[in-house]
Amino acid sequence: MSNHFTLDGRQLPFVAGQTIMAAAQAAGVYIPHLCHNPDYAPHGSCRVCLVAVGRRQVSACTTPVTEGMAVDSRCESIQANRRAVLQMLFAEGNHLCPACERSGNCQLQAVAYYTGMLAPHYPPFFPRRPVDASHPDFIIDFGRCILCELCVRASRDHDGKRVFAISGRGLASHLVIDSPSGLLGDSDFAATDRAAHVCPTGAILPKHKGFEHPIGERLYDREPISKVGDLRAHEDEVDGNE
Amino acid sequence: MTTSLETARHPERLRRVCIEPLTRVEGHGKVTLLLDEDNHIRQARLHVVEFRGFEKFIQGRPYWELPVLVQRLCGICPVSHHLAAAKACDQLVGVDQLTPTAEKVRRLMHLGQTLQSHALHFFHLASPDLLFGFDGPVAHRNIVGLIQDHPQIAMQGVLMRKFGQEVIRITAGKRIHGTGALPGGVNKHVTLAERDSLQKDIAQVLEWAEGAVQLIKRIILTNPGFHYRFGAVDANTLSLIAPDGSHELYHGGLRVRDPDGNTLLDHQDYQDYEQLIHEEVKDWSYMKFPFLTRLGPELGWYRVGPLARVNNCDCFHTPLAEQERQDFAAAGEGRPLQPVLATHWARLIELLHCAEAIRDLLPDPDLQGTELRLTGEMREKGIGVIEAPRGTLFHHYEINGDGLVTRANLIVSTTNNNQAINTAIRQVAREFLDGRELTEPLLNQIEVAIRAYDPCLSCATHAMGRMPLDLELCDAQGKRIDRLCRHPDGAVERPSIAVAKH
Repeated sequence: MSNHFTLDGRQLPFVAGQTIMAAAQAAGVYIPHLCHNPDYAPHGSCRVCLVAVGRRQVSACTTPVTEGMAVDSRCESIQANRRAVLQMLFAEGNHLCPACERSGNCQLQAVAYYTGMLAPHYPPFFPRRPVDASHPDFIIDFGRCILCELCVRASRDHDGKRVFAISGRGLASHLVIDSPSGLLGDSDFAATDRAAHVCPTGAILPKHKGFEHPIGERLYDREPISKVGDLRAHEDEVDGNE
Repeated sequence: MTTSLETARHPERLRRVCIEPLTRVEGHGKVTLLLDEDNHIRQARLHVVEFRGFEKFIQGRPYWELPVLVQRLCGICPVSHHLAAAKACDQLVGVDQLTPTAEKVRRLMHLGQTLQSHALHFFHLASPDLLFGFDGPVAHRNIVGLIQDHPQIAMQGVLMRKFGQEVIRITAGKRIHGTGALPGGVNKHVTLAERDSLQKDIAQVLEWAEGAVQLIKRIILTNPGFHYRFGAVDANTLSLIAPDGSHELYHGGLRVRDPDGNTLLDHQDYQDYEQLIHEEVKDWSYMKFPFLTRLGPELGWYRVGPLARVNNCDCFHTPLAEQERQDFAAAGEGRPLQPVLATHWARLIELLHCAEAIRDLLPDPDLQGTELRLTGEMREKGIGVIEAPRGTLFHHYEINGDGLVTRANLIVSTTNNNQAINTAIRQVAREFLDGRELTEPLLNQIEVAIRAYDPCLSCATHAMGRMPLDLELCDAQGKRIDRLCRHPDGAVERPSIAVAKH
């Protein structure tokens, strides 16, 4: 016997224990998100997957579906809150799309477009976070980290390495690397790690490959993320893996 | 001679006239004139009042970002910065020779860029002065007036620019700020459909370009006595040159000629530019003053850009442009043409050359090749030089072992022309303004001389560290209460301030 809930007026099935996000994805319905990746336990930190359930706004990736639940993901108040969250993410980091090699292949940028964010709104912090290029194959541009912890989870849960962690609290939260020098080049990180391929922004990138995809042929040049899906589904295409 | 009218002996006794902002140029600048009580000009300076700082903030960035990042210097000629940076990055990744496809796609991109930039400058910015006169009504002396009175000319200018932008879009992905050139190559070729879309328009563009050259010849030769005298200053000329001495925009050696056309340097490897060129800093401008080291700052300043290139080259390989070059050279009667307005003539000969060269390059099957990019042994230093529409453009980067930029030096076309522009406006001030009651049309003559160089002031101000600064602290009434000066040698002083006692 299947259970049902409604999402934006459509009746969808779900399996007991599924989150709103999981049930929506199983039904092929897109709910924007950044920190969510079905390979890892839900995190609920980016708040981009906000949906309305009655009078409450909850994160779709952590809220279990219940029988008869009515979920609204497309109303303007929800989109406005998502935009505000994204605007704050852009202001906190150095997300300068015009000069970023991830532009067009960036989930953060694609989600921003999906929610109707076309330009920055808040005054940028311009944090001074030097690029770590000490690893022979990958760089980390800390200015583009949104603290989604996907690399932390992938390294810990998949690679079994715990290369990454989040240190500090509040505005001082930042990504740290487990190595004697704190540099990626001195860590156990390898290009074949899952952690190297889960970043939804341009924070963790392969070296020497920037801008290889011509404008017009990048992932989100063709269709919006609601149709194309996450980077996860196009990893080989974007990272140029064989 | 070059310092004549640069600094008045007693500026405090002189009246100051300021032309601000300069109009119909790219970026922000102003001209100040100091005049005595009889309206004699005692000082004339072009000041660049904006500061960009790219050389500083690209430090610490990965080298492969450079071609895309530094092109944001400019919205008119970003392709020039894009390609100069890519050429420097070719050096960084150890690639001295690109694949035929990569080189030809880049050359096509650059031809499209030069064509659109020259069309923009002549038709949108400069032609109102030339068609309506320097003293035409100011409200009419602009692109809108051009559209009203000469709609055919205006339309041709707009459509030629559109064609050049389309060449850029096809080779770089976007009309402005594309991503086509990569370290060691390009990221796309030209498809047959893209090639065909350009080929269907090139004949029309070529016809318009021919018409543009005839137009500027008619304008200049209508009143040669004035046009050959206006802003004419003897300058050394510097440009890239092809191995056979022909006109070259993308790659070659450096040639320098003196004002009489004698060759001072030829086929010089631009990798040695640091020995060839030094830069002087003056405390009244954010823009540096480059000069040829062996001649020193007084005699070694030079001109770059269309006038320098057409004077410097032995020939064009495109027949229509070569015919026009011969007419141009004949006008100099054995000597390089020096009048500032001849720059427009040279610019439109180059426009014609670009149209011809695009026509000749489009059928090349190498444009459809698939060998796009090469790699080699990484190097720590890369220097790329290109002929931007406004003149020779130097990009120099150094990286560490991790591939992050540690040092950058950009000598931009307009910076190369800094002394030449200043000297030209002093010539105009001395010959045409001195002793007269200043009016808007007279002041426009100063702008006409500057405009001929098509300066991009936004591109030209990037160095940090040694830049002279004059910091003033004013109270709410605008009264100066403190002042701090940093001189070109780095020394800092606080000049005494006369504070009125209450």
